[in-house]
Amino acid sequence: MFMATLVLTILGFTLGSALAFAAKVFAVAESNPIVEEIEAMLPNSQCGQCGFAGCKPAAEAMADGSADPTCCPPGGRALAERVAELLGIDINTLGESAAPQLASIDESLCTGCTRCYKACPTDAIVGANKQIHAVIKSACTGCGKCLDACPEDCIHLGAETPDLHNWQWPKPMVA
Amino acid sequence: MSGAGLTITGRAAPHSHAGSSVDRIMLQVCLALVPATVFGLYLFGWPALLLWVITCASAVATEALCLLLQDKPLSRLRDSSALLTGWLLALTLPPWAPWWIGAGGAAFAIAVGKQLYGGVGQNIFNPAMLARVALLVSFPVHMTTWVQPDLLSSGAPGPWAALDIVFGGGIPDGVTGPTILGEMKTAQGAGTVSELAAGSFNWLDSLTGSTAGSLGETSELLVLLGGLWLLALRIISWHIPVAMLGTTVLLAAIFHRADPAHYASPLLHLTSGGIMLGAFFIATDYVTSPSSKTGQLIFGAGCAAVLFAIRAWGGFPEGVGFAVLFMNAFTPLLDRYCKPRAYGRNLRGRPTVARTPARKVR
Amino acid sequence: MSIFSPIRGGVHPEGRKGDTAGQAILTDIPLPARLSLPLFQQAGASALPVVQVGERVAKGQCIGVSGAGLSTRLHAPTSGSVVAIEDIVAPHPSGLPATSIIIEPDGEDRWQERPREDDPFARSPEELAEEVERAGIVGLGGAVFPAAIKLRQGRRYEIRTLIINGGECEPYLTTDDHLMRERAAQIVEGARLIQHIVECYEVIIGIEDNKPEAVAAMREAAAPFGKVEVKTVPAMYPMGSAKQLIQALTGREVPAGGRSNDLGILVHNVATAYAIQQALRHGRPLLSRVLTLAGGCVSRPRNVEALFGTPIEHLLEQCGGLRDTPARLVMGGPMMGQALPSTAVPVMKGTSGVLALTRREVNDQAPSPCIRCGRCVDACPMGLMPVEMAKFARADDFDGAAEYGLRDCILCGTCSWVCPSHIPLVNFFEYARGEMKQRRAAAQKLEYTQRLTEARNARLEREAEEKRAAKAARAAKKKKPARRATAKADNEASTTTSTEDCDS
Repeated sequence: MFMATLVLTILGFTLGSALAFAAKVFAVAESNPIVEEIEAMLPNSQCGQCGFAGCKPAAEAMADGSADPTCCPPGGRALAERVAELLGIDINTLGESAAPQLASIDESLCTGCTRCYKACPTDAIVGANKQIHAVIKSACTGCGKCLDACPEDCIHLGAETPDLHNWQWPKPMVA
Repeated sequence: MSGAGLTITGRAAPHSHAGSSVDRIMLQVCLALVPATVFGLYLFGWPALLLWVITCASAVATEALCLLLQDKPLSRLRDSSALLTGWLLALTLPPWAPWWIGAGGAAFAIAVGKQLYGGVGQNIFNPAMLARVALLVSFPVHMTTWVQPDLLSSGAPGPWAALDIVFGGGIPDGVTGPTILGEMKTAQGAGTVSELAAGSFNWLDSLTGSTAGSLGETSELLVLLGGLWLLALRIISWHIPVAMLGTTVLLAAIFHRADPAHYASPLLHLTSGGIMLGAFFIATDYVTSPSSKTGQLIFGAGCAAVLFAIRAWGGFPEGVGFAVLFMNAFTPLLDRYCKPRAYGRNLRGRPTVARTPARKVR
Repeated sequence: MSIFSPIRGGVHPEGRKGDTAGQAILTDIPLPARLSLPLFQQAGASALPVVQVGERVAKGQCIGVSGAGLSTRLHAPTSGSVVAIEDIVAPHPSGLPATSIIIEPDGEDRWQERPREDDPFARSPEELAEEVERAGIVGLGGAVFPAAIKLRQGRRYEIRTLIINGGECEPYLTTDDHLMRERAAQIVEGARLIQHIVECYEVIIGIEDNKPEAVAAMREAAAPFGKVEVKTVPAMYPMGSAKQLIQALTGREVPAGGRSNDLGILVHNVATAYAIQQALRHGRPLLSRVLTLAGGCVSRPRNVEALFGTPIEHLLEQCGGLRDTPARLVMGGPMMGQALPSTAVPVMKGTSGVLALTRREVNDQAPSPCIRCGRCVDACPMGLMPVEMAKFARADDFDGAAEYGLRDCILCGTCSWVCPSHIPLVNFFEYARGEMKQRRAAAQKLEYTQRLTEARNARLEREAEEKRAAKAARAAKKKKPARRATAKADNEASTTTSTEDCDS
């Protein structure tokens, strides 16, 4: 009886110590791997539209649940679903994702100051000194950094206007 | 001119329609039930008529109530799916059952069997069969008290006597008797099925329906007629009925050949109980049967296998309801794994490879 | 449904072709006051205008060149002057604006150059394919895929069989029927020219058996040529779909996700074959097409040959106008056509018909819940399960919908047509496909912008590094105290990205 108790106690203590040791030695020192995975999915333009200082803080917030997967407007619905899948969140419980925005420059006001294209994190604005600038739609994430940089207030954000090439059938309303 | 935005000038194609409608289909199924029903009412008289009316009315009223409670348009009643459910349930009840069996059963079928799942098209189990089985296990005595069809005897109840039977709950003595399947269950225990078949079983009577049994199930012939009409109208396809009847015959033949004393002949199986109604009207219920043809064949065969097992070895003499409900549970599975082969794909869903691949020449 | 059917599923909608069948194609339509030519008439990218407002153009003159990638040219259908390049309401269900070249005809109908009369069979296939491209020809059966691209694709494969599609299965439409009756010789020559271009072994002209006159005319025209065979197929919908016609004629199926080229088969529509013959034999670019004007609201239904850009209402006037306000105006057939916003829209290359349908013909009813009757499954010519696809599409589960065959769907409309619950199944599939496409595009853009961001960050770092190095080098040269220089360089580097002002 006493022997058995002793053996078990020693066994338990040894194994417990081993576990504690392993936890110390093999601890994952870096950040949560899920955060890194989410961060890799994000645009990494550090645009701040989500309300966080950059994409890494946003990824951390998404991973610990304090931010919604839908909070990234440039990523849109597709990104929200991928993040939700990674985090094991039911896609159907996600709210509406913010519609992707595009910047556009009012040519009549643009003075060609070049500030906006220096601010653009994706080099989506082209132009030269004292020449009218233009936005490359396919590269614009709608982050809005150019808006802050523009001294003439001639840049606007707006949803993409539908045309014959990108028009889609809406979802039918049925009972 | 411009700036029209997202105005949709019309629905997507097609801009034409075959003209079929759910209302029409349901009504046609009801019509197909008319011959068997009329015969059953003629056979079992006024009490049966009262029960039929009560059951159908209860089904429609319950549907209306559920629609009201859910704020759904009452116009949905027009599809007569509730009427059909009530009707089918009535046909499977003992013809002289008390009124609350019909009324309660129909209310259960619609409220629990259908509306709780989300209404028409959403239920997993056949509502009429769900109600029948619920009644059978809850009120085994009422649900197995069969009257002998006794058309011309002076003892046939008139309208007033019928009221007493249906609402008073008093079936006069001496008119009840066992069904052939009930007798068979007893005979199986005694190992005298072959004697029974030689004695009280007359397949012609059984086929035309002058036997004890449910209100509208006794005449396999008239039910078959209605079923064939539905087949001709292409409202149902042949897959489920043929698979179900074929499998029943096959199983019965094998076991009957092996041991006639314990197992009844295929003829007895085909002409008694609710098998025809089950094969043509209940198992073929759109909502609860698979959509693909392969799935339907498996579904029909499965129904028959369960039915035969219940009849041969189970505790109940008849098992169409149980069999169909059992297979209903497999419908989503069958729909998932018995997809038809798509054009340009093999059975496993992979794209086919051209048999003589065209070489790129330039 | 039938075991004797050469294709799977399919339906037999009421043909309603009697109104227009039997009347010759109306060709002498008076010129309208204006021709509006949308730049977006073909699958792929819009054409790019190469004329200016006020410029005079000759008939057949190229007024729009191919855009990037998949595209075709656009030509002036008659001589006149370009009065505007502006947005008009597109012949499209969205009613969105479409940039168009507006031409005011001068009534002279003056050709740009003398029509060519030499023997096209003496020319090389490459040259002929080039000519087809210059003629701006697209598939006239409805897909409006640039014909030259299809021919070039065909040349890269070993094509054995050319199928000329005369299986006009849409109700009401009789344009191909009439083209075959009246211009059989030209179609056969067009088919032989395509045969010459892709160097294939045989030509099969597949015609539905409800067009006996067309079959007879085509047989007669094809008789002198070996390896040009006219075969009939049972009349049913969607027999005119290329995949189904291939199956009916050869018993083979195009692999999912593949092309008919993979089977050594190339399919062209009869009207396309005719257009190719006109271009190669007579040097005429694609300027007009035959279309059916029909439907219960059209006073005198008729097939007309109309110049592109002609307003629909101008054509309807030639048919006695509308006798009633149509419940729906459709471009194309009733099964796959697109609803039109108004009769002011112009005829385009893909307009195979214009139907002004009555309420009864459309038979539009409010959808009711699905009862899972499986009619759509039985009717689907592609062997799919529309009921399940719609279920998943409705829940926005596009992967689930794809598992049940959303990608294989040819949007033929058979499922919606048979659905007793009147569920707009095709609409669900259009929605799901559009949404999938949009998400794919969004994901691609995300990846692209990620790359751009990385590249920019790398560039900024490199620039800062270079600047620092340059500064250090300069400092070393000027032999200034090292401490100050480094401090300044650091300061410079940190301000480089944000505050540097080039506005001097």
